[in-house]
Amino acid sequence: MMSDKKTELAVAALAAGTVIDHIPSAALFKVVHILGIEHMSNGVTIGNNLPSRRLNRKGIIKIESVEFDRATLDRIAVVAPTATVNIIRNYQVASKTKVELPETLINTVACPNPKCITNNEPMKTRFDVIDAEGPVLICHYCGRTVCGDKARII
Amino acid sequence: MDTHSLVAIDDLNRHEILDLLDRASYFEKNPNSHLLDGKVVATLFFEPSTRTRLSFETAVNRLGGRVIGFSDASTSSTSKGETLKDTIKMVSNYADLIVMRHFLEGAARYATEVTQVPIVNAGDGANQHPSQTLLDLYSIRKTQGRLEGLTITMVGDLKYGRTVHSLVMAMRHFKPVFNFVSSRELAMPQEYLDLCDELGIEYHVYTDFSPEVINSSDILYMTRVQRERFSDIMEYERVKDLYTLRNDMLADSKPTLRILHPLPRVNEINIDVDDNPKAYYFEQAHNGLFARQAIITACLGINPEK
Ligand SMILES: [Zn+2]
Repeated sequence: MMSDKKTELAVAALAAGTVIDHIPSAALFKVVHILGIEHMSNGVTIGNNLPSRRLNRKGIIKIESVEFDRATLDRIAVVAPTATVNIIRNYQVASKTKVELPETLINTVACPNPKCITNNEPMKTRFDVIDAEGPVLICHYCGRTVCGDKARII
Repeated sequence: MDTHSLVAIDDLNRHEILDLLDRASYFEKNPNSHLLDGKVVATLFFEPSTRTRLSFETAVNRLGGRVIGFSDASTSSTSKGETLKDTIKMVSNYADLIVMRHFLEGAARYATEVTQVPIVNAGDGANQHPSQTLLDLYSIRKTQGRLEGLTITMVGDLKYGRTVHSLVMAMRHFKPVFNFVSSRELAMPQEYLDLCDELGIEYHVYTDFSPEVINSSDILYMTRVQRERFSDIMEYERVKDLYTLRNDMLADSKPTLRILHPLPRVNEINIDVDDNPKAYYFEQAHNGLFARQAIITACLGINPEK
């Protein structure tokens, strides 16, 4: 309870930006990488292995003064389907949404099959989501299935 | 004229499968025609496969069409580093239909996205080979007189064998009973068992290639068990002969039983089966010609009976 309260306070303290919460701990650094935080000069706060009722252990990332586009949030949905995205504007939570996987992911995930055409031709990958819960994705070209937590994000 | 590609048997519904089989029946009775007069069909074999290429090229020739193409990627511009997209676009300038075989999985699907010319997939790596499945279906219907309600026993490598996976996908439209006979290591993948459950298709999984299973079958579909599929070589040595069919095992089988195999075989069917009238694998290969004539005309939107 204590730590949840702290999280709330920290969210409120952000003047503007994005808070990504409820990231499974194991996926935290993948999300960091997808967001491109390594290359940012904005203020960033990262917490991990925080207790969570839903996830057992969760991670949270707060980034000042940025909002992320749909394509980036789709990538996060693959590795962290439980993540929520809070947009903060003027110290207020302007919107709070769960990341949502689209039915089809174009050029988001690399196919794990080395013999797939997508790994041998200059072209975009395409995966169809066959199970949104897992999530489980299937390569439109070679038919290989891949679980979200194992997916290599492009 | 309505043209379309054929990339995977899974893309076809029951009606489309039956239409192709009816076309194949027609071509068995009328093998030679001028239906492809003035048409050019390209056969692009980025990976050599003499058996499949000769069958497709014979099909085109017997339909009165002309063939261009290559039989080996080393003689094509691919060996100079040209992308598949560029090769397909170049050939599209010359051909009315492209039959392609490629070592990369998904190559045919991708080809359909870069050209308006219909594509027929003649095999893309370990992925899809719809003309093989169509000839299997044709052989089943021809020998049994129907596709509905048959007991189909698949034996050998059910894990990696693409022909058995495609056959499950195609037969799901026809209320089959499946027997899946293999070692545990080469068992039918769970996704196909789940699919059967979902569709209410009866199936049985066996590790024993027993007389009871053989005697209940209408079709025995045998496949190669390849050494390189095994992570444990001892396991291969243990199971390699367990899934070999010998003539004496057929003594009490149904009179109408037929034995299919996608060929080439190694040792999974003993040669003493060859003279049994229930052995159908050589005729099965011959049916490939009619199946491919059916596919070519359907993809070009040509009605043979007009
Ligand atoms: Zn793929």
